[in-house]
Amino acid sequence: MSDKNAIRVLIAKPGLDGHDRGAKIIALGLRDAGMEVIYTGLRQTPEKIVQAALQEDVDVVGLSCLSGAHKYLFKRVAELLREKDMGDVLVIGGGIIPDEDIPYLKEQGIDRIFKQGTMIKEIADYIRQKVDRPA
Amino acid sequence: MSHHRTSRTDLSRYVAGMQKGSERYLARLITLVESESESVPGIMRLIFANLGRAVKIGITGPPGAGKSTVIERLTREARDRKRGVGIVCVDPTSPFTGGAILGDRIRMDRHYLDEGVYIRSMATRGRLGGIADATSSVSKLLDAFGKDLIFIETVGVGQTETDILSIADLTVVVLVPEAGDSVQAMKAGLLEIADIFVVNKADRPGADNLANELTAALHSREDKVGLDKPVLTVQAAHDVGMAELYEAIEKQVQSLRSSGIFKRRRVEQRRNEFIRIVETMVRSSLLSSVDEDAALRDFVGRVEQGIAEPYTAAGELLQNGSLIKALRGDG
Repeated sequence: MSDKNAIRVLIAKPGLDGHDRGAKIIALGLRDAGMEVIYTGLRQTPEKIVQAALQEDVDVVGLSCLSGAHKYLFKRVAELLREKDMGDVLVIGGGIIPDEDIPYLKEQGIDRIFKQGTMIKEIADYIRQKVDRPA
Repeated sequence: MSHHRTSRTDLSRYVAGMQKGSERYLARLITLVESESESVPGIMRLIFANLGRAVKIGITGPPGAGKSTVIERLTREARDRKRGVGIVCVDPTSPFTGGAILGDRIRMDRHYLDEGVYIRSMATRGRLGGIADATSSVSKLLDAFGKDLIFIETVGVGQTETDILSIADLTVVVLVPEAGDSVQAMKAGLLEIADIFVVNKADRPGADNLANELTAALHSREDKVGLDKPVLTVQAAHDVGMAELYEAIEKQVQSLRSSGIFKRRRVEQRRNEFIRIVETMVRSSLLSSVDEDAALRDFVGRVEQGIAEPYTAAGELLQNGSLIKALRGDG
């Protein structure tokens, strides 16, 4: 039996916005980069996202938010992860995020915000480098 | 998550933590049995004494039949009755990239924050047959964790997904009217593996017809085990017929137990698993000793040169004890 160590990523949409085409495209792109992507659907609370991340034992949580509530929602996810002793999980974000909010989000524990127009390969490479696992 | 080998003390700590009710340790142990095969024997040894209590229910059927929704609704019924539930959802790994989209959780949203429900998504990681190599070990971990009911959702290509029989105590096959007539179910071998049939989305045309055909097909078969297999029509998404389905499952578990089939299945599953484990160990031990052991090397050399006929050589190897000696490492 050979060891099959795939990077596991949770893609989640916190908050109330109703569009997940972007999140689905990211999910597909990361799958094509050889990752196992757990997709949980729309309108998730931070509590639900963190509970799913815990049960699924993911390496990465990717958050997408278009509603403008990212400052609260992303921060809360990072906070809850730390509370659950999951501070080592990589948290990344995307969606409609103004530049001026990025330093704040980084301070709160969001490792990186990917702007609109980012190539998925860049995200995949970033995850691989951060999670430090061979492709 | 580390990629160095997990030490035995860490494994004991994880198992002890899990047995105290930590989902975090359970999650970590599941990752280990999925990705670090050398940890599996140690983990299985540690949980062995706590196995066998949970009832494992396989849910299979074609894509889009509503398997995840059926599990979500059955979980509600189980939670109303204060039963702890574990859910394992298997989705396919892409043979091209090794990646996977695991999307069955979407339908189970309402149970995320219920402490009595643990949901885990798994990719097949190259295995065919509807489940992953590690699915059996994962269901054992959920059993040892103390869950009463474990639902295992297979990939759902609908054909030849019979590997679920190696784990499940009872198998539910979910079909929809659109999935074709009962001939499809006969082709796929579903008649044989099902203990209960569910025709979901029963508000659509053709549902009653499909249910009747299935019932007729089941009755015309001379069933070896003599088990009555119910056919239920439901609408999982509208919560129609789901309490009845839950009760039918409970009743079927009772019939399986009282007829001795329940026990017989587990005996057979353990036996097959044991033989598989021995096979794997013998194989890996053979591969590692084939170039080390003098007697083995001699046999292989003659086969390689085309001097010895391979079946004859293999038979001799077993007969004269060279193989056993080589596997023991004292050849």
